[in-house]
Amino acid sequence: MVEVRVDAEICAASGMCTLLVPAVFDQSEEDGTVVLTDPAPPAELAAKVRTAALRCPAGAIAVHELETDGSGT
Amino acid sequence: MPDESQHQFDHARRAGFGPSDDIRRQRAQGALIREEVAPAPGAPPEPIWMALSYEAVRQVMGDHVRFSNQRRFRAQVTRGGNKHRPQEMSGHLMDYDQPEHTRLRKMLTPEFTVRRIQRLKPVTEAIAERCLDAMERAGQPADLVDLYASPISGAVLCELLGVPRDDRREFLVKHQWQLEQDRGRKERAAAQAYTSNYLRALVKRQRKDPDEGFIGQLIRDHGDNFDDEELLGICGLMVLAGLDNVNGMISLGVLALLEHPDQLAVLLADPENNVDRVVDELLRFLSVAHAPTPRTAVEDVVVAGQLIKAGEEVVCSIPMANRDPVLAPDVDRFDVEREPLPHIAFGHGIHHCIGAALGRMELRTAYLALWRRFPDLRLAVPAAEVPHKTNSIAYGLERLPVAW
Repeated sequence: MVEVRVDAEICAASGMCTLLVPAVFDQSEEDGTVVLTDPAPPAELAAKVRTAALRCPAGAIAVHELETDGSGT
Repeated sequence: MPDESQHQFDHARRAGFGPSDDIRRQRAQGALIREEVAPAPGAPPEPIWMALSYEAVRQVMGDHVRFSNQRRFRAQVTRGGNKHRPQEMSGHLMDYDQPEHTRLRKMLTPEFTVRRIQRLKPVTEAIAERCLDAMERAGQPADLVDLYASPISGAVLCELLGVPRDDRREFLVKHQWQLEQDRGRKERAAAQAYTSNYLRALVKRQRKDPDEGFIGQLIRDHGDNFDDEELLGICGLMVLAGLDNVNGMISLGVLALLEHPDQLAVLLADPENNVDRVVDELLRFLSVAHAPTPRTAVEDVVVAGQLIKAGEEVVCSIPMANRDPVLAPDVDRFDVEREPLPHIAFGHGIHHCIGAALGRMELRTAYLALWRRFPDLRLAVPAAEVPHKTNSIAYGLERLPVAW
């Protein structure tokens, strides 16, 4: 599992995340900056979300790995 | 492709699809090297830094606080503010720093979102089909640059700007003339005056009666926040960024696919599903934009262990960054099936190409339509005889004779 956070303030509105993972990232109509539509995407999208974070030109996407083995509190 | 102007430095030289052997040799000396280059054609050479590694290029392009794009004012690198900005620079986003850059960019970005660009897709498809019809009428062999890559990039740009069909040919021809070094200075100046006057009239027309296109929409949404010079500069920037880069990517991309039949086979096996990764790998492999606007250090900065002193300039090599072995051991290989690499063909940081989604859509459409019409497309001359375009805004081909 991953948890996604975005920072629209520093977003450059390149739209790369929306192209890569449209199920998780959208763009605001107003200024094109990132809109997170799914902060906890399903596991099968985790790799793509990590790629989106890596490729974000503004460093506006953070991905946190969540423990899924149930041992976390 | 970065929203930045390009320069005729030595590092723009290429070998085949990749960077020149010369620049690769220089890389062996370090991630940052000192070079003497002319800041403009004909100007006396000045020392400049060249960033050649992926990490160094990403650090410089990603650091808009310590590196300025307002290179023309390097004597008094003043971040923000445009008091001394010459009029012809107005609106050229890549020559702005914060906060002025963000003010302008945020007004433009809604026009370039993935959703807005999708609306241009049917028009782009129709343009590609018309070009293919014209190729068929012209017969074999046909020049793919003249009949496909160039008219597609030109027509999509004209759609975006709202240049009426009847005016397009002359507008695009004159634009081309002003870039051709072998034309006389007078002829180039006249061509430049024509395109700049044409755009000026277009902006005036749109001010009075804004249409549904990009400029009209911009005026409707933000008309009061732009002056005409800024709008004109924005149009100029679209022309600069929207033609040669796209033309180069279409023509070189087709050549790369024809020269790598195993990779072409992947595209043809499932075109709709595989085209995006083909486009992405071609963007990296070809890196047609040589370098973004040179950055000027506003304070002393250490990049890749090298001290860049305040006031010194850095040119970032996009093709070298995108072929840095740190990305993958076999980075010189064109491999559409690899895990997509975090390349920076469209730049990095706040100046990342504003038209990246548009560019990707154009390329996707162009490659798909071409092989749909001509599944047996082939080179009509040996690959070694295809003339590559040097000394241009972006890497590309002069001609690409093909048959089907």
